[in-house]
Amino acid sequence: MAAERQEGARAGAARAAGPDTLVEIGAAGSWTPVCRLADLIPGRGVAALVDGEQVAVFADHDGAVYAVGNRDPFSGAYVISRGILGSRQGVPMVMSPMYKEAFDLRTGLCLDADDEPVSLPVYEVRLRTAVVAEVG
Amino acid sequence: MIESPTPQSGQTSANSTAPAARRLVLVGHGMVGQRFLEALVERDGGGAWQVTVLCEEPRAAYDRVHLTSYFSGMSADELSMVPAGFMDEHGIDLRLGDPAVAVDREARTVTARSGETFGYDALVLATGSYPFVPPVPGHDADGCFVYRTIEDLEAIEAWAKTAKTGAVVGGGLLGLEAAGALRAMGLDTHVVEFAPRLMAIQIDAGGGEALRRKIEELGVTVHAGAGTQEIGVADGRARTMALSNGETLDVDLVVFSAGVRPRDQLARDSGLAVGERGGIVVDESCRTSDPAVWAIGECALACDGRVYGLVAPGYQMAETVAHELTGGAKAFTGADTSTKLKLLGVDVASFGDAHGAAEGCLEVLYSNSRAGVYKKLVVSADGRLLGGVLVGDAGSYDLLRPLCLAGSPLPAPPEQLVLPESAGGPVAIGASALPDEALVCSCHNVSKGAIRAAVAEQGCADVPAVKKCTRAGTGCGSCVKMLTTIVQDELAANGVEVAKGLCEHFEHTRAELFEIVQVRGITSFTRLIEEHGTGLGCDVCKPAVASILASLSNGHILDGEQAALQDTNDHFLANLQRNGSYSVVPRIPGGEITPEGLITIGEIARDFGLYTKITGGQRIDMFGASVDQLPLIWARLVAAGFESGHAYGKALRTVKSCVGETWCRYGVQDSVGLAIELELRYRGLRSPHKLKSAVSGCARECAEAQSKDFGVIATSAGWNLYIGGNGGMTPRHADLLASDLDRETLIRTIDRFLMFYIRTADRLERTAPWVERMEGGLDHLRAVVMDDSLGICDDLDELMQRHVETYEDEWRATLEDPERLRRFVSFVNAPGTPDPTVTFVAERDQIRPARPGEEGVSLPIEGSVDGPTAGLIAGPTLEVRTS
Repeated sequence: MAAERQEGARAGAARAAGPDTLVEIGAAGSWTPVCRLADLIPGRGVAALVDGEQVAVFADHDGAVYAVGNRDPFSGAYVISRGILGSRQGVPMVMSPMYKEAFDLRTGLCLDADDEPVSLPVYEVRLRTAVVAEVG
Repeated sequence: MIESPTPQSGQTSANSTAPAARRLVLVGHGMVGQRFLEALVERDGGGAWQVTVLCEEPRAAYDRVHLTSYFSGMSADELSMVPAGFMDEHGIDLRLGDPAVAVDREARTVTARSGETFGYDALVLATGSYPFVPPVPGHDADGCFVYRTIEDLEAIEAWAKTAKTGAVVGGGLLGLEAAGALRAMGLDTHVVEFAPRLMAIQIDAGGGEALRRKIEELGVTVHAGAGTQEIGVADGRARTMALSNGETLDVDLVVFSAGVRPRDQLARDSGLAVGERGGIVVDESCRTSDPAVWAIGECALACDGRVYGLVAPGYQMAETVAHELTGGAKAFTGADTSTKLKLLGVDVASFGDAHGAAEGCLEVLYSNSRAGVYKKLVVSADGRLLGGVLVGDAGSYDLLRPLCLAGSPLPAPPEQLVLPESAGGPVAIGASALPDEALVCSCHNVSKGAIRAAVAEQGCADVPAVKKCTRAGTGCGSCVKMLTTIVQDELAANGVEVAKGLCEHFEHTRAELFEIVQVRGITSFTRLIEEHGTGLGCDVCKPAVASILASLSNGHILDGEQAALQDTNDHFLANLQRNGSYSVVPRIPGGEITPEGLITIGEIARDFGLYTKITGGQRIDMFGASVDQLPLIWARLVAAGFESGHAYGKALRTVKSCVGETWCRYGVQDSVGLAIELELRYRGLRSPHKLKSAVSGCARECAEAQSKDFGVIATSAGWNLYIGGNGGMTPRHADLLASDLDRETLIRTIDRFLMFYIRTADRLERTAPWVERMEGGLDHLRAVVMDDSLGICDDLDELMQRHVETYEDEWRATLEDPERLRRFVSFVNAPGTPDPTVTFVAERDQIRPARPGEEGVSLPIEGSVDGPTAGLIAGPTLEVRTS
């Protein structure tokens, strides 16, 4: 590996660079590459295992990438990554496919919780374009 | 659920040094008692009262109103009225199985059966009532029961296992519930009613007759105007029943349900005033003759001289006393005893002056014994609605009862209010006809005026806000529909624009978007939202647009941008279940399947360890598949000739069929053949909501075609087409669109009906409400699809033709394309790793999802097609450990 370019380390700030751009999730003080940016269908998500935790990773139509916990707090099932993306009053959100609660992708906060606030853990995301040098 | 009481030292004896809190003893823990506790703790934030509850029954308060549902599988826990942790949270000392036996009003103590004595500053009696058993000879033989507690029902259920014939004494509300329960347990069932008709208190002779006919159709024999004279006993068991009309019934089970009496013995013994015919005398604040003692619910004789046997007035009394004890005031001066219920599936409602007792009143009647509908309105000479009886169709109750209670003039001639729509009764009067004082939510006493004020003055902008603000619609929920209408009307009246658009991203309705997509030739969501919407879309508009695109262009739903629009079910071409696993339903057209096909499905389910169940649509559902397994399962299904059943899509589900004239002695046409033809024609057709269909081979209608979106019933001359039927939560009988059609005309008519629906319905609108709201009704629909009154039939025909020609099996196409298959992994960075949180345990020789706290096992992705794990997964060999 000869050089790398970092595209930004905050969720939502990440922007597409190229098909080989790697999506990395920050957890427990280190970065874990989970997939290529091209693996993400804009508007949908995938689940990834990061340090034993299930993380839901999404790309939206503008190329922004988000990562939140995959566990739906309302059903207990690990299905957040299978929700539909969208916006509510400009807030980018994912809708749990189980009972259809919406979560702010930037903060993980549930937008439909009645009483006590409910939220998903939020993970840092960075996009990294690695230029791999041929060795020997 | 029910925890053993934890005695708390310091409050269990009369001599204890009372803490700052005053002591309250509640005698009786039924529905009204529990409501009282809830109302008290809600108002008593500071914990001014330390509460002890003495409950005779071995379990805490449960829903006695829905007691009968115990027989249909509702457990005692599910019937419980007490939220988990409620007693602990509020420091309430609940003593189960320990009734009060004596009250010493001088010393202000209550003694329980256990011998323990409790001091009180306030005593609330909620002792309820007991069933009246007429003292006829033999009434206490084995096999005679009452219908009051869960224990009663358990005893009836046990006895019914060896019984053939049951009789219910009493044809009132509860008696008919009991009769329904006996019938459901397979007993020959009789109802013996002393009065000349059923439900004599609530409904009149005509209504009683309509109800009787309906109930006898269900196989229950009604003996009205007959008294029970003797229960014949042999070997200590009830054997016969002699009636006053000379009849003798052979019975082996008797349920007495001849009314209830207030349980006022405790009050009598302690010298409290009781009524001549029973009931503890209370005033407007529900206080008895002793100022430290209150009585609520069925044991109380209210200040209007009545004992209320319904739960709603009991709740109002509970609220009254809770207010009294927390420094508030709320008088109980009487209650509305209007009722609406479903008895043995028959709607029965009664409100106001149901018997026309008022002087000079007039009656307006509609009676149709063929349909089993009876409606009567009692109207005053000056045109106000005084009361009414509705049997067989109580749809107008929600509107009529508030009108009646408000005592305002009728918004339409009364005859129009009883006529069915098909008989020219344009009963399009809605909530706008109600006066402001009309009570909309009777659970929380909220009038229409209060709801309007919540919108206009307190700024509530939607139904949830109004619910929070007024509590309307938060009780039994039956008024929510009317509440919604009132809120919307009021918002509109205040100039708040009620968005009729799909969601915040589109101002158009689904039908308008359909036109836009079709006319402009739009093929992507991105273009549609850029040109005609705002924002990024959401879970409402994305699947709706995906469905429109699929209806019109027939591309594969997982390709390109469409992939991002689908609901999770469409995205994985399977049905998401509660633990995150999926279920798989292959198409079985018309419900016809070869033995080979059955074996194939069985083998696949066995090899992958899936749970199998027969669906209501005559197919087989396989549960418990992980996303990783779906392609493997489908590879085998497709190889065996199966196709997607679209159980996951808003699309045609099944065309159910009876076996038809090929086999059935009564059939007049080949219903299976037609069902298969229809199912293959419309399979994969994306629509605003799911579509169900059925074909019956004769008028006996075994396929239940009249409960489907489109149903066909064979006649000797051809086929009758019914449309707009529905089962489920809002059942609707389908309307007959056309009769005696030949096959070609039938299919052409269904083609057009479906495409017209797909083109004009709202998002998630089934055909039933679509037909109901259609301007011009059925005649208009008939004119459009049969006489081409709009000139669109060529277009509709062409759309359907395109669908039929371009259909391909979604699963076969998915398996052939590596790009489409890439999504079927649990973890993008660990393909082949199953989701460790999806685990199962064994139950009845199959798997089921592990519940929280249970330790289940994961299933291997590969199944056991060839591998050494064959047979390990399914069945009792699944190792189960519970923590």
